[in-house]
Amino acid sequence: MSPTANIIVSILFDGLAYAMFLFIVSVGLSVTMGLMGFVNLAHGAFAMAGGYIVLTAMRSWDVPFFLALVLTFLLVGAASVVFERTLYARLYKATELEQVLLTIGLAFMAIATFTYLYGPRPQSIALPGYLTGQIDGGFRTFPTYRVFVIAVGAALIAVLWYGFERTNIGAKIRAAVDNRRMAQSIGIDVDRLFTLTFAVGSGLAALGGGLAIQLFGLTPSFAVLYLVFFLLVVAVGGLGSLKGTLVAAILLGVCDTAGKYMFADAGGFFIYALAVLILLIKPAGLYGRD
Amino acid sequence: MAVTDALATRSAAPDGSTASARASAVAFLADRHRLQIWEALPWGLALAAFWLFPDRLTFGSQVLVMVLFALSLDLILGFAGIVTLGQAAYFGVGAYTVGLLAAHLNWGEPISGLFAAAAVAGAVGCATGFVLLRYRGLTLLVLTLATAIMLQELGNLFPRLTGGYDGLPGLAFTPLFGVFDYDLYGRVNYLYVLGVLFVLFCLVRRIVYSPFGQTLAGIRENVARMHAIGSPVRLRLVVVYTIAAAISGVAGALFTQTNAYVTLGVFDFDNSAGVMVMLILGGTGRLYGAFVGAVIYMVLQDYLSKESQQYWHFGIGLLLVLTVLFARRGLLGLFEDAGALFRRNPKP
Amino acid sequence: MTAALEIQDLNKSFGALAVARDINLALPKGARHALIGPNGAGKTTLVNLITGVLQPSAGRVLLDGQDITALPQAARTRRGIARTFQINQLFRGLTVLENLYLAVAERMRVCGRLWVPAGAEREVIDQALAQLEALRLADDALKLVRELPYGRQRLVEIAIALALHPRVLLLDEPAAGVPSSESHLILDVIGALDPDIAILIIEHDMDVVFRFAHRITVLVAGAVLTEASPPEILADPRVRAVYLGEEAGGRHG
Repeated sequence: MSPTANIIVSILFDGLAYAMFLFIVSVGLSVTMGLMGFVNLAHGAFAMAGGYIVLTAMRSWDVPFFLALVLTFLLVGAASVVFERTLYARLYKATELEQVLLTIGLAFMAIATFTYLYGPRPQSIALPGYLTGQIDGGFRTFPTYRVFVIAVGAALIAVLWYGFERTNIGAKIRAAVDNRRMAQSIGIDVDRLFTLTFAVGSGLAALGGGLAIQLFGLTPSFAVLYLVFFLLVVAVGGLGSLKGTLVAAILLGVCDTAGKYMFADAGGFFIYALAVLILLIKPAGLYGRD
Repeated sequence: MAVTDALATRSAAPDGSTASARASAVAFLADRHRLQIWEALPWGLALAAFWLFPDRLTFGSQVLVMVLFALSLDLILGFAGIVTLGQAAYFGVGAYTVGLLAAHLNWGEPISGLFAAAAVAGAVGCATGFVLLRYRGLTLLVLTLATAIMLQELGNLFPRLTGGYDGLPGLAFTPLFGVFDYDLYGRVNYLYVLGVLFVLFCLVRRIVYSPFGQTLAGIRENVARMHAIGSPVRLRLVVVYTIAAAISGVAGALFTQTNAYVTLGVFDFDNSAGVMVMLILGGTGRLYGAFVGAVIYMVLQDYLSKESQQYWHFGIGLLLVLTVLFARRGLLGLFEDAGALFRRNPKP
Repeated sequence: MTAALEIQDLNKSFGALAVARDINLALPKGARHALIGPNGAGKTTLVNLITGVLQPSAGRVLLDGQDITALPQAARTRRGIARTFQINQLFRGLTVLENLYLAVAERMRVCGRLWVPAGAEREVIDQALAQLEALRLADDALKLVRELPYGRQRLVEIAIALALHPRVLLLDEPAAGVPSSESHLILDVIGALDPDIAILIIEHDMDVVFRFAHRITVLVAGAVLTEASPPEILADPRVRAVYLGEEAGGRHG
C-alpha cells in the first residue's frame, strides 16, 4: 500500500472508531433534547461514570469486559431515572439558561466525586487478550480494539434503527419528537416515554464511556472535555434524529482525526470549523426540523 | 361586574386621583435612573477592602476583574436575554491584545492597552455578533462555544506569537500615568482596576437606564412584540453584543496586566461557564448581581481550592444546583423577595 | 385614489399546502373592513402576510401605493402598519407604562439613544400616558402586565398598536378570550377609533362584524369567497352554506 493511501485508510478507520464512540454517547442526548427540549450538559458525566463503573467492575469484582459493559449500561440507565424524576422533571418548563446551569452544576459535582473516589490520574483497564493486538485485513493490519468498537457501534446502530423505525415505541418517540402536543393529544404518554428514552440514552452514554477507556484514557474531567464534541454532534446532526447523529458523528469524527493527523496539535481547529460552517447554513442541523 | 363598577367610580371620581396617578407614573420612569443611597455600598466595601486586606490585593484585583467580566455578560444575558457559552472569546481577545503588545511590540502603557483591547474585542464581537445573533437555542450555544475554542486553537497554530500552551510570561508594563509604578503588594494595581471598573460601570448603568436599555428589556420579554412595534431587533442586539464584547476585552486586558502573564487558558470553557455561574449566583439583569456573584464565586474558589480542587468543584456545583432550584433570581433576587415580604407585612 | 392598503394576487404555500390563494383586497383610507371565515380559513395567515411575519410565495402588498412586499416586519410597522395578535403579545414582566413607552419610543425613533436616561424623554412618557388615558388604563400604568385581568391586557394590546399612530390597523379577533362582561370596553374603543385609519378586523362574532364593518371579505380555505357590503353578505346563500352548522352570531374561542 502506498504511504498516502495508508494514511487515508488510517484516517478513515480511526475516524470511524471515534465516530462510533461519539455516536453511541450522543444519540441519547440528541433524542432526549429533541423530545423534551431539555439541555442536558451532565450527559458527559454519565459517560464518565459509565467508564468508572466498567473499571471498578473489572478490577474489583472480576467481571469480564463484555459483561461490565452491559452492567454499566443497566446501572447508569437505572440511576439516571432517579435523577430525571427528582431533579430534571422540575425544570422542563424552566428557561434554557436554568437547565444549562443545573446540569453544569451536576457535572461539576460528578467530576469532584469521582476525583475523590478514583484520583485525577488517567486510568486504564486490562482488555481480554483477543481484543488486543492487530487484525490482518489483507492489505494491512488494523488495531483489534478499534475494529471491536466499530463492530459494537454497527450493532447498536442496527438495534437502534430497528427500535426506532420498526417498533411501536419507536413510532411514538418519533411522533413526540415531531410534535409533542399533538402526540399528547392522541394519548401518547410523553412523560413516561421521555423517562424511558432518557434511561436508554444515559445507559448508552455509559457504554460509550466504557468503550472509550482504552481509546482515550479515563479521567474525571472526561465529563466536560468531551461534552463539547457531544454537543457539536447533536447540534450538527439535528435534534431527535438517529440518522442525523450518525452522519454528524462520522463527519466530525473523520474530520477531527484528519486534522490531528495532518496538523498535530493545532488539528483540533477543524472539527469546530466544520461544525460552525454546517450550522451557519443549516442552523437546525443536517436532519433537524426548524 | 367589578370592572364596570370600578370604571364607573373611577370616572366619577374628582380629577385629583387621576392626576396623582399620572404624576406617580411619570415619577416611576423619570426617577428610575437616579442614584440611590445604597449604591455607594459596593464601592465603599471595595475601598474598605483596600485598607482591610493589604496583603490580598492581587486577589482583590482578580475579583474586580471578574466583576467587570460578569457585568459585560449581564448586558447580553441578563438584560437582552440571550444565552451564549463563549464570552471568554472576547475576554481572551482583550487579554491577548495587551499581551501581544507588551511581548512583541514592547508596548506596556496600560491605559492605551485597555483602549486597544476594547477596540479589538469590540471588533471581533461586532463581526461574530452580526453573523451569530441570527440564531438561538442550542445552535447559538454551540456556535458561541465553538467560536471561543476556535480562537484558542488559532492561538495554538501560532505558538511563536502566542506562546502556545505556556503563554506569554513576564510581561512588563509601564507605570500608570507615567507616575505610579506597580508595587510588590499590588496596591496601585488594585486602585487602577477599581477605577476602570467604576468608569465602565457608570457606562453600563447609563446604557441600561436609557431608551436603548429599555428595548433590551423588551427583546428579553417578547421579541415577537418588538418586531411588531417596528424595532430593528438584530441591529440592537449587535450593538449591545459589541459593547459587551468590548468590555469583556477590557476585563481580559486588566487580567493580563494584573498577572503580568497570559495563557491560552483565557479562552477556556471554564471561563465562560464560570462567569455565567457568577451571574446566576448574584442575580441576572440587576447591575449589582455581577458584584455579588463574582465576589461569592472567587472567595469560595479561593477558600475551597486551598483544601482541594475537588471541594471547590463539588461546592460550586452544589451551590449552582441549589440556586437554580430554590433561588432562581440569585442572591439579589432573594433580597428583593425578603424586602417585598417586609413591605407587605408592615412592622407594628 | 390610492388605497391605504392593497393586496394583489397574494399567494403562500408551505410545500404542497396552499394557505393563501390569489387573494386580492383593497382598504381605502378610513376603511372599516371585516375578514370572516371558518376556522383554518387562513385569516391570521393573511394578517401575517400583510405585516411581514410571513413572506408570500407570489403577489404584492402595497401601502399607500408603495410596494412593501420585500420589507421585513419591523420596517413595515415603521411605515404605518400596526397589528394586534390573536393571543396577546405583551411585555408581561414590565409595567403597562413601560409597554406603551416602548411603542411610543420606537415610533419617535428615540430607542437608539444609549446615553440619556429613559426618564428624560418626557414627550415619550406623556404620549404613552395619554394613550393609556384614552383607553382608561391610566390607573393601571404601574401594574405589571401579567397582574392584569385578561380583558385589560387585551386593551393594552390595542393601546400599543394605537400608540404607533398607524395608517393601517389590523385587529386579530380583538375580543377573543375576553369575558363577555368586559368585551364592551374593547368594542367601545374600536368604535371610537380615528376615522382616517384603515382598519381590518378578523372576527367570529357576527354582531360585532355587522355593527362595525362597512365591507366584509369572506375567506374560505385560503381563498376569497366573496367581498361585499354587510346586507349582501347576509343575503348570500354561499356564505350561509359555509357557515352551515356553525352558530351564526355565537362566540368562538
